[in-house]
Amino acid sequence: MFFAASSLELLATWKGTLLNGALSTLQISFLAYVFGLLLGLAGAMGKIAGGKYLKGLLDVYTTVIRSLPELLLIVMLYYLGTDTLNRMLQGLGYEAIRINGFIAAVVVLGFVMGAYATEVLRGAIQAIPVGQVEAAKAYGMSPFLRFRRIILPAMLPYAIPGMSNLWLNTTKDSALVAVVGYSELALATKQAAGGTKAYFTFFCAAALIYLIISLVSLRLFGTLETYVRRGQPKLG
Amino acid sequence: MDFSWFPQYLPMILEGIWLTILLLVISLSFGFALAVPIGLVQVTGPRWLKWLAAGFCTVIRGTPLLIQLWLLYYGLGSFFPQIPWIRDSFLWPVLREGFFYAALAFTLSFAGYEGAVMKGAFLSVPKGELEAARAFGMSPWTVLRRIWLPRAFRIVLPTLGGETILQLKATPLAATVTVIELYGASYQVRQDTYRVYEPLLMVAAIYLALTYLITRAFAYIERQVPQRR
Repeated sequence: MFFAASSLELLATWKGTLLNGALSTLQISFLAYVFGLLLGLAGAMGKIAGGKYLKGLLDVYTTVIRSLPELLLIVMLYYLGTDTLNRMLQGLGYEAIRINGFIAAVVVLGFVMGAYATEVLRGAIQAIPVGQVEAAKAYGMSPFLRFRRIILPAMLPYAIPGMSNLWLNTTKDSALVAVVGYSELALATKQAAGGTKAYFTFFCAAALIYLIISLVSLRLFGTLETYVRRGQPKLG
Repeated sequence: MDFSWFPQYLPMILEGIWLTILLLVISLSFGFALAVPIGLVQVTGPRWLKWLAAGFCTVIRGTPLLIQLWLLYYGLGSFFPQIPWIRDSFLWPVLREGFFYAALAFTLSFAGYEGAVMKGAFLSVPKGELEAARAFGMSPWTVLRRIWLPRAFRIVLPTLGGETILQLKATPLAATVTVIELYGASYQVRQDTYRVYEPLLMVAAIYLALTYLITRAFAYIERQVPQRR
């Protein structure tokens, strides 16, 4: 059947490959998530406070990215990004370089997640009662201080559920990086499975690792949500 | 920009659009048909069914679709040929194709995501309406058919459009298991003509158009449902 004693032996032999893959999945996801959130924060600020042209540009960014398949975007941006960079380097008289697959994966995934993060954070910031922000202005707080003391802590309860979903999507979408040939968990698993022909064993193991990542993350975000909601009236 | 390859590859692209739509329609209809019982047993079913359905939703939603697809395609795909009666059956020509595994994986995935949504929808039907139905002497089955399911469906209708677009965006994964749907067709063009951006930009435009059509279609459906505001 699918699982024999030999399956466990196989997994033990390939343990290193899978765990390295899982580690690089986590690294890519984490960096892409941070990059995406920074983009999203800038995008949300731009959408709320920016001028007409900036708003229009950001609308195009969020609409186009969110309505195209992630796989298509990752492939397109991966080639476009590396190609543009090399052309720029050649234009400046440098030699073309081979772009590090890890950095390309992080930037591309982060750019895609940034569009989703923009909408999550924009919604959260706009959910803050206007009076709180006005009160901060009336106290003469500078925009930065106002952001740090009022907007950020007040928006987090609204933003955490969306951010939690975004993180889960980032970890799952990081598997798509396998298609452009960067070896993270999905590609490592495919190689291990192809080499041993034990497809069920390896893909089930990979699914289990992804599932553990998801469940642990959900728990952590749950804890985080209770923390940022402290002092707020209970829901329901 | 050079689109001189376009006329030559047009039949393949049209075939790709057809396969994409077919994958979408198959996974939406079978997936939704599965999602209704998955949602329902989580609300009223016996405990073991509840656990089973909740577990299914967690596993589907907690693992990447790419892994689920590869598990089915490579796993089942390498397991089936070893069984003689499957090889001899009339289904074998279907079971040999990547399309079958893509459709299966997308259906299960949609059932998992939508099952969780349906659970919420069944729960948010006002209790009084169900009690009224029971007070009229309706059998549990009639309550479900006449009251509970139609009300739950109306509750999920606004989110269904979004879920459909998400499902459309998942279909390019089928290209990784040899299905030449829309994205796969663009890949083929790239391989043959060494043009990287033109085919990708073209399919991007087609996906945008499909997304727009889905949005419009659901806006139309929603307008057909009478609603008191």
